[in-house]
Order: sequence, then structure tokens, then C-alpha cells
Amino acid sequence: MTDSSALPASARAVVVGAGIVGNSLAYHLARLGWRDLVLIDKGPLPNPGGSTGHASNFIFPVDHSKEMTQLTADSVRQYKEWGVFTESGGIEVARTEERMQELQRRMSSAKAWGIEGCEIITPARVKELVPFVEESVIVGGFYTPGVGIVDSLRFGTIAREKAQELGALQVFANTEVLAIDVEGGRVAGIRTSKGDIATDTIVVCCGVWAPKVARMAGASIPLTPAVHQMIDVGPVPHFKDTKGVIEFPIVRDMDTNMYERQDGSGLEVGSYAHRAILHDPEDIPSNEEAALSPTELPFTQEDFEKQMEDALELIPEVLNDESVGIKYAINGLLSLTPDGLPLLGETPEVKGLWSAAAVWVKEGPGVGKAMAEWMTSGESEIDLQSSDIARFYECQKSRTNVRARAAEGFNKTYGIVHPAEQWESNRGVRLSPFYEREKALGAVFYEAAAWERPHWYASNEKLLEEFGDRINMREAEWESRWWSPIINAEHLAMRERAAMFDLTAFCIFDVIGPGALECVQTVSMRQMDVGHGKVVYTPVLSPSGTFKSDLTVMRLGDDHFRVVTGGAHGMADLKWYADHAPDGTTVIDLTSGWTTLGLWGPRSRDILASLTRDDVSHAGFPFGTCRTIELDALRVLASRISYVGELGWELYVPMEQGAKLWDLVWEAGQAHGVAPAGIGVYGTTGRLEKCYRAFGFELDADFTVVEAGMTPPKVKGADFVGKEAHLRHRDADPIAVLCTLTVDDHTSSSGAKRYMLGREPILAKNGSRLVDAHGRGSYVTSAGAGPSIGKHILMAYLPPENANIGEELLVEYLGEQYPVTVQTNDATGVFDPENTRVRA
Amino acid sequence: MSVLVFMESADDELSRQALTLAQSLGDVRAVTVDGPYAPAAWAAAIVEAAGGDDIVGPGSDRGNEVLAHVAAQLDLPFAANVSEVRGDELTRIRWGGTLLEEARLHADRRLLTAAPFAFVASVESTQAQVLAPNLDGAVAVVDHVAPDTGGKVSLADAKVVVSGGRGVGSADGFGILEELAGLLDAAVGCSRVVTSAGWRPHSDQVGQTGTKVSPDLYIACGISGATQHIAGCKGAKALLAINADREATIFAHADYAVIGDLHEIVPAIAAELRKVKGS
Amino acid sequence: MRILVCVKRVPITGGRMVLTADAQAIETKHLGFTISPHEECGVEEAVRIVEAGGGEVVVLTLGPEEAAEQIRDCMAIGADRGIHLVSSEEWDAQATAAAIAEAIRGEEPFDLVVFGNESADAGGYQVGIRVAYALGLPVVTGLKGLTVDGGRARCEQEVPGGRDVYDVALPAVVTVKEGLNLPRYPSVPAKLRAKSKPLDARPVERPVSKLEKLRLVVPAGSRKQAEILGEGPGAAPRVVEVMQQLGVA
Repeated sequence: MTDSSALPASARAVVVGAGIVGNSLAYHLARLGWRDLVLIDKGPLPNPGGSTGHASNFIFPVDHSKEMTQLTADSVRQYKEWGVFTESGGIEVARTEERMQELQRRMSSAKAWGIEGCEIITPARVKELVPFVEESVIVGGFYTPGVGIVDSLRFGTIAREKAQELGALQVFANTEVLAIDVEGGRVAGIRTSKGDIATDTIVVCCGVWAPKVARMAGASIPLTPAVHQMIDVGPVPHFKDTKGVIEFPIVRDMDTNMYERQDGSGLEVGSYAHRAILHDPEDIPSNEEAALSPTELPFTQEDFEKQMEDALELIPEVLNDESVGIKYAINGLLSLTPDGLPLLGETPEVKGLWSAAAVWVKEGPGVGKAMAEWMTSGESEIDLQSSDIARFYECQKSRTNVRARAAEGFNKTYGIVHPAEQWESNRGVRLSPFYEREKALGAVFYEAAAWERPHWYASNEKLLEEFGDRINMREAEWESRWWSPIINAEHLAMRERAAMFDLTAFCIFDVIGPGALECVQTVSMRQMDVGHGKVVYTPVLSPSGTFKSDLTVMRLGDDHFRVVTGGAHGMADLKWYADHAPDGTTVIDLTSGWTTLGLWGPRSRDILASLTRDDVSHAGFPFGTCRTIELDALRVLASRISYVGELGWELYVPMEQGAKLWDLVWEAGQAHGVAPAGIGVYGTTGRLEKCYRAFGFELDADFTVVEAGMTPPKVKGADFVGKEAHLRHRDADPIAVLCTLTVDDHTSSSGAKRYMLGREPILAKNGSRLVDAHGRGSYVTSAGAGPSIGKHILMAYLPPENANIGEELLVEYLGEQYPVTVQTNDATGVFDPENTRVRA
Repeated sequence: MSVLVFMESADDELSRQALTLAQSLGDVRAVTVDGPYAPAAWAAAIVEAAGGDDIVGPGSDRGNEVLAHVAAQLDLPFAANVSEVRGDELTRIRWGGTLLEEARLHADRRLLTAAPFAFVASVESTQAQVLAPNLDGAVAVVDHVAPDTGGKVSLADAKVVVSGGRGVGSADGFGILEELAGLLDAAVGCSRVVTSAGWRPHSDQVGQTGTKVSPDLYIACGISGATQHIAGCKGAKALLAINADREATIFAHADYAVIGDLHEIVPAIAAELRKVKGS
Repeated sequence: MRILVCVKRVPITGGRMVLTADAQAIETKHLGFTISPHEECGVEEAVRIVEAGGGEVVVLTLGPEEAAEQIRDCMAIGADRGIHLVSSEEWDAQATAAAIAEAIRGEEPFDLVVFGNESADAGGYQVGIRVAYALGLPVVTGLKGLTVDGGRARCEQEVPGGRDVYDVALPAVVTVKEGLNLPRYPSVPAKLRAKSKPLDARPVERPVSKLEKLRLVVPAGSRKQAEILGEGPGAAPRVVEVMQQLGVA
């Protein structure tokens, strides 16, 4: 049958995929003024047959992640605005005591992010709310009254219609992408089964098909389709008188990785408990071939056997009833990513090719809005940085890594995931040149950006004796997990003598060319037109004056700058600089070319001096400068800065000389009592004592430079991203103030001492939340030991009226409240506040 | 080559199609059978009348049943619902017609039934010999019950069928289809999805395992066009499909199409009919 | 009563047939499996009869190893025992009937042997009838109604205009059609019980096919170009015009 309307020859943007994300994005783009939009899907409407079409459609608002909670809350707001949200309430039940502790953490997150009405409830109360639950198998529950279900297909239809009413959007169903034209590294057009459209912007919103479509353009969207099973049983006698779709709260049986929700006269039972069943994006059946839809695949009975038994245990009243039949059973397809977060933003490989994939119904509308804002003005109201698709290194995009991590993460969907929990699969991919030395020293390796990095060293156990009761031991299992008191001992050894740090995971890239200064000036907040050999620590701002990153820049020449940034976010930083590079300027990734050894502590100069004839005195090698020095056989780029608040240097050599560098410094350091130290010190204890902020913890898109207490004395004359906003912030009073607090008393009700790990809510002495004028609740951005001051340190943004030195407040941890006191309300460290050590 | 063709009656449509198939295979003798239906006995009579000839029958329920009995009695292979014969090779219907099987018959005689509507009904007049089977001890029809249709048109006989699929949405949703059917003196049909959901009884089901209809007009509302459904309505002289999905498979089998929401379109057609009828 | 129901594993197809590269079978890598719709009603009917009057329901299939899944599904509806004649090859109807008859002879006699009228895939319309001849039993086909009482079966066969009624003495073979009943969905406990019911699997060797499948072919589309009468309710006048032209309005 021939189509009555044809595809336009060109479009401002083409959105591929009419699931919850594509529909929402099309609407928000139209709302923000975009015109000549085209939305295509290879399936029919309103249900093209993707994951949205068979989704369970329920939303639990509380997540441990701040961003996901914000996106979910915004999505709920949007679903409610268009009348497609039905509140039902939801209960996460616990079958074990270990899970009860996790529910306390849920409660904590609810308070931290401001989700109202949540409470921990008894089995009896669970039974009251959900009468068909078997009370005897549970020990409690976490009740969120705001849980509800949505009609995601209806939302999508309304979104399309509204965009069409604005005259902004044309929609074409049954239109399949065949190819994407790329010219000069940027999108030029899209070819479909119904014709070609010239465009410079394509957004890939097609979920499990996204990798296939991206590959057409030569880009990578690293997700894998994966199965999650669900069955529908009915008719359920309990639901006989139900008037709507749902009248009973949804139950998440966390310990069995399952959920049960009412669906009219039936009960839907879903599972994330089975073995990971991964599919290939190139091998998904077409709409015609599939018996139900391309993402509703045949049910594999054997994978659900255990789940049937588990569900029977929890809901025997319904499931043991022989008259309740299994009417529907599928292996449903959804998208999984290597780190469990969505894939959002412009792909680093192809300009104009955007990704909005691996997004669940519960955050779909929020992502659509945020993506539209990002595409329009370069940033979004809700921080999407943890989901930036540019975050991956090449090796992380490999099929092996995607599948291994997706499989490992799948069974943790309702899991108890410790904040410091490490991945087990696909380890040992990126090894620093120091690796063998570290292994020999008993390094306990944690992974970051696919690098193996020592977190602490078993060989330092002897230091525990040396420092005796200055080492804080932890009693409770939870905070002792993924931690060791050795970290504190390494910290003290560093402060006393010196320590060596493996910093190979730094992301390093050079900006070279006639426009290099312009590039770094535009992106960096601080003055970049400095002398050769200057090292500048600078925030990187978004247009609204909040943080996109913080990093250091070394000026190596007139037209040559070297940017050094944390491994976790480095690739996104690189893209940001590259996006601002004028013609003729190159941004080149040198991460795999240079290795970095950190050497800090009062004896660090002695150690260095013993290896070099160059002047490394304080006068001869000032703080904040860098130069090439010769350490014995090696020429080393030494940079005198410190993230741990000590005298010392970052030492850079070409990768292949790393082992030699280690050996030289190690040998020279023996006489001075040098110790190897891990990221436990570098990333936590060292910086917390100095109140140094960390990106992704204190610094993110929610807070301004002024609120973070990092206002520079002057603002450079040159223009930079976020300058206008920053100037306004300087003139105004901050809405929140970043403070550092210490814990006064760790004693819990059981008598055991407890230690916070981060993200706990900070409360007033009367137990109420502290909320600033923008509605942001106070929460612990970083937590850790301060061994030199013998205190446990927390950082948090507080409303100005509470941001007073000496202010007494509370932190709530696992359901109990502990007294804390504000120590600083600016960037002054709680250890060595005058910075004498750094400038020694 | 001599062929015996079993006809349910001289003017039965499918039997006349079988006659066409038989005529393509050789010299034809036609037979009908008299008396109460008793498949084993009828088959025995046909076997005797056929001698060593090929035997062809219509691809109706009764034709397939009788020929199967013939095959069992002769212990010979039997190809049901054949659409083409080429010597000892033939093509037969699978999956109600949505898949074809090319096969080779290893036997001295062919036992075949003609796939419905694979052949054009023969217009030649025929003199069919009437066989009288031996009914002693035979399993035979002893009674006949007419269904209590409440005066409604039967699906198999209706000149117009208004049929609904998943798109109708619920049992209540069929109200508008019944309304339209009433105005057209039509029968209401449905797809297997609908009967499995319990919205309509199986007697309304049109499809491979339901009733096969051949109305003058088949109106498919909210039916996607799954192969097993098409198998039941491809006998229709004209098919009008009403569906919101422009690319639904049903449209590949339709003569007329209306794109849109059936819940708006069906009542509009009913209203237009009333206007035209002046009521 | 002892009832045997014979079932066949068939794929659940979508809107389009896709064949394997060698055109010998439907490509099933994305498809689930079930038993023919007629047979579902056969199993349901057998279970109901035994639920009412006692006895045993045995399910038999001739099929690949994976067909054990279908036997377990029947057990989850209420069948008590399964017999699996295992063969990965495709058998023609004549050979299938012979193997089934052979297997039945090895069992205690059944009062009723139930088949689907025809299988959803091959649609041969003959296996049940051939088995009846092999066992010397009467056979009635295409049942939409079945009542068993006092050693006799009252069978209702759908014909144009109503139903023909047969009355046969048991033991007998019947073939049934979808619509005989509305099959139940298995409950969760029934599914779990099905796992441990007895299933006797034995390999069988396929004889030479007398109706030898050479290949499968997807028929060419009807090449119909549907005439679009309009979009939405506005198309109603044009629709009625066409109806008048066709002589139905």
C-alpha cells in the first residue's frame, strides 16, 4: 500500500525511535523552539514493538543515585501533568536482616533526595497494605507511597501530538533506517526505507537497536539487549472488584530479584534473577517475524523455575490457587550498559549523532527533557554527566566488556550494592607500568576507567603497628567492606615521611596549534595565558556556571597545553575541549603515552634531590610550576602540585619508562621511609583533610563555583563558558555553602561505632531535613577518615543559615542519627589550614 | 490415466474445484455417495469404484476425511490440500495456506484433495455416478443438531462478515461491530486472539482453526492479518480492512482500506448506512 | 477412563514466514513453541473427563528432544504421564501414524485416543484416522462436542448448518477441533508438579517417506493493492458507496 505523505527532503533533526525517549525528546525539542523535526520508527504506532511497548511501567522514585532520582522525579511530574500516572504505592520487602540494612539505606537516600512519605514498615503493616503477601517470609519493608504506574504508550502519543500541534514535527511509522551519511566527521543525512533526509542532527533513541544504527554512522553505542522475564497470571480472585488497573501497592521482593504488581484482574510477576541472557542487536526479529513483538521473545521456562518457587513463597494466596493460570509469559528485551547508566549525549565519534539509549520508562520523560535542553543550550537542568556517552574509553566499548559487565550488573538490579563495590568481570585490561611492582607489594587493586589501581597495599600492614592507636579500626561489617585500616596507616606514613602513588589512570591530552590558547581559555575558568611551565588548577564550567569538571592545565609552549584530568570523567572532558577547538587546533589523547607517579610527603624533596642535579628547592622549583628534570637515567616532566596537601610532585614519563621510574624513586626513597600508598589515600583521606573538592562528589552541575567555595579573587578578562553566570553568582548570595564537618560521636544504639560512607542526609538537631532555597536537601558529598586529625570527615552543602563554624547538626546513617559539627565553611583545610606543607 | 473424483454434490463449489484438478490429471469419472454420512463405508465404496485409478476429492472437511479413510484402507500415501501437480511431484498447503510444501509422491496411485480455491471450479456439466455404500456396522451419522443461533446469520453462510481482532480492545468493544452487522444483515466474526482472551465464543472465530468464510464482503476491524487468520477469510470475494497501522499485514490481503481508529470509523459507517437507508 | 492424547510440537509464528537457508524448515531461532490449537482442546477435554470420572491422561508426541517441553506443558494442564518418541527428523503422516500405533500397542489399552483434526503445520488430516485403522478402532473426526458415558461416546461433528451426531462404542479414536472447549491456563503449582511427572522417552527411527518433502516455499504475496477509501470516520460515505457497488448495502 502506498503512503499518502512522503518524507521531507531535509530536516533540522531526525529522531530515530518512537519509544518513551524518542517521543518525549521530540516534544521537548518542539517546546524549546526546534522546527522541521522528523520522528521515525521502523514499527507501527502507537506501539512500535520496542521495550517501551511491553514495559511493566511502574516507577519507584528512590534511587541511591542523585541524578537518577532527579530524572525519575521529573519524569513522574511529566507523567502526572498529562494524566497518565496512577499512584499505587510500592513496598520493597526484605527477607533477610542484611536486606533490612539496605532498606535503611533506601530510607537514607529518600531523605537525602527529598522523597516524601517513605517509611520502614513491619511485616504486619506490609500485610495490611498487601493482604495477599505471606507475612512469615519477610522481616520488614520500605514503603514509598508515591510509587505508581504509568501509561507510557499514551504519554508517547500525547508527546507526538503536542509537537505536531506546534507544527514542529512530522512522524513516520514503518520507516526503517538503512544508512547514515557522514561527511567530514559530521552527520550529513539519513537514508530510510521510505526515502532520504538531509540533516546534520540525528538522535538515536531506538533502545536495543541503537548499536546497529550507530554502527551505520561509524559510531559506538555500547549497550547490549538483554532479557528480563515476566509472566502474567489471572484471573486473581483478590482483584475481582478492582475498578482500575491497580489498587494494591507494588511489591519488590528484593532478595529474590523479583517484583509482583497488579495488572487489572491479573498479577504480573517479573524477574531479574535468572542467568543473564544477552542478545545481539543485529539479530532481533522484525515486527513481522515476531509472534508478539520484536522485544517480546519466547519464554524460556527453565530460567523461571526458581522464580516460580520464590514467588509462590511470597504470594501463596494468589499463586497457589489452581484457578489462577499463567496467561502470558515472555523473555522481554531491554538494554543494559557496562556501568548500568544510560547512554546520553553527542557521540564522540560523529558530530551531530546523538544518543539517548538504555533509558527506562521511569526516567524516559526526564531524559527527553534534559536531552532537549542539552541539545539546545549545551547543558541540562538535571545533571546528565554520569550518563554522558563520551565517558567510555575505547576498550570499554568492546563487545566483551559490554556483555561481561551487563551480565554482571543484571543480577544486581535489586541487589545490595556497596558504594565501593568493585566489578569482578573483565578485569586486568589496563595495567600501568608499575603493575608488577605493586603486585609484589601486595597491592589490593580496584578498577577505575578499566585501569587496575592499588587501593592500598597488604605489605603496609606493618604500618598498623607503627602507628598504633592513631589508626581508626572499624567494627561494623558494612563500612569495613571494601576498606582497610591500612589506608589510614599509609596516610600517616605519607604525612610523616613520603608516599608513592600510581596515577597512571589520569586522562592526559594535549591541545596544540595556533588556536590552543583560545581553546583552553574558552573552556577553563582560570587564566590560561600564563608563562610556560605554569600549572593551573581550574574548574571547567557549564554555561550556567556550575561544574562540568575540574582539572589541571600545564602550559608547555606558546601553542601547547597539556590537560590532566581524572580518569573516570577524562574522555568527556577531552570531547568538551575538542568541541571548542578552533580550526587548525588539535586535541590529542596522550593517556596511553604517559604514566604518572605521585610523590608526596615532607621527605619527598629529599628523595627527589638524591636523584637529580636539578634544583628542586622551594625557591628553585616553585609550587604550581612544571619542568623537565633529569632523575638519574630519565627525563621526567615534574609538576609541583598536590591533591593530598603535601610537598611533592607528579612525575610524568613515557609509559615504557615507568617501571624504571618506580625503581629509581623506590630505591632512593628507602632511606627516607617511603611507603607505597593507594587511592584510598589519594582519593579520600588525603584530600578530605584538606577539604579539596572532587568532581562528581562536591562538584557537579547542581552547584556553582561560589557555593563550592572556590571563588577566585579575580575573574579573567578573557571570555569563557559560564563567565556571565559566574559573574552573577559572585554578586549574589550563595543559596548553599559547601562545608566540612566532623563526626563528634560515632556510638550507635547498640554501642558499636559506625562510620558514614557518603550520601547520607544532614539534619538539623531536631531531626528535620536541611533544605536550601532551591529545594536542595543537604547530604554528605564525601565521607572518610582524617587520620592526621583523628576525626571522621564529612563534606556537605548547607543552607547559609547553618553554614557556621561550630554549628551542631546531625547525620543520619542506617537509621540512626549522629552528632556532627561544622569545621569550615570555605575551602580552608581542617588539617594544615595555612597550607604550610604544600608550600614547603 | 484415469482419475476418480469424489464430489460432495454436483454443484458443490469445492467439489467442482476438485473436478478441475482431476481433469488436469487424466480421464475423469465423478462419483457422489448417497445416504447418511459414514466415512469408512463411503471410502470403501469409493475404493471399489476406483479400481486402480487415482482418487481426487475436495479439500473440505468431509473430502479430507473420506480420502484419509481411503488412504488408510489402501495403505497408500495421501496428500491433502494440493495446489499443483507435476507428475509425481506436487505442491500442497501448509499452515492454512501461508506456506507451501513441494513433495514427491512415492506410490503407484495418487490420492489427493484439492486445496480450496487453488483451482477454478469446473463449469463443465458432469454426470456423477451415485454410489451406495454398505452401512452394516458402519460408524454413521445418527442425528443432526441445528445450532440455536437466535435467528442470527451463521458465519459460514453470511454474505457479509464484520470481524474484529485485538484492536477492538475488549468484549464490550464488539458492540459497535454488532451494530454495524445488524444494519448489513451480517454475521460477527473474530480472530483467535479475541477468542483466547474470552471476549467472543469460538463459534465466532474465523481462521485456520476456526470457521473458514467466503462472504461477498469481509470487513476486518483491528485485525493485524496473522497467517492463521488469513487462512480463514481468503475465500472472501472482497476484503475491507480497517486498521490504525498503515503497514499492518492485513492490507496486503485487502481490496479496500480505511486507515484510522476503528472505534471512530465503524460507528461512522453505521451512521452513514442509516442515513442512506433513510431510517 | 484411560485416555491418550497425541500432540505435535509446532512453532508459534508471527505475520511472516521465514525459512532456513536450505528451505527445509521454518527459521525458529526467534520463535517459541506450542502444540496445535486443536490438540490443546484435546488435552483439555481429556483432563476434564478424567477429573470428572477418574482415570489417567497420557500424552504422546513424536518429535525432537525439545518436544519434551510440550509434554511438560500438557502435564501442567493436567496430563498424568508422557510418552516421547524421539526423532529429530520430519516424518510424513503415514509413518507417524504407524509409529504411534506401534507405541499404543505397547501400552495398556486406552478407552479413548484423541488427536487434533489436523496439525497446525503440515495439516495432513489423516494421522488419527490411520491410527484408528491400525488399531482396529472406530474413528470420528472434527469434533466440537464430546460426551462420554457408559462405555460410549456421543460425538458432535461440525458441518455446514449445524452438527452431525455420532454414537460410538469405546474404545474409539476421535479427532477434535478448537472450539470443543476453552483450554485452561496452567497454574504455578501445576507447572511445578509437571516437572516430576513420569516421562518415558525412547528413540524411534524414521522409515523412508512415501510422501517425501522436497522443500518449503513461501508463497508469493497476493500483490493486491488495496484501494484506500479514506482515513478516519470521514471515509464512511465512500465505504457505503463501495458496499452498494458490491450489492451488500
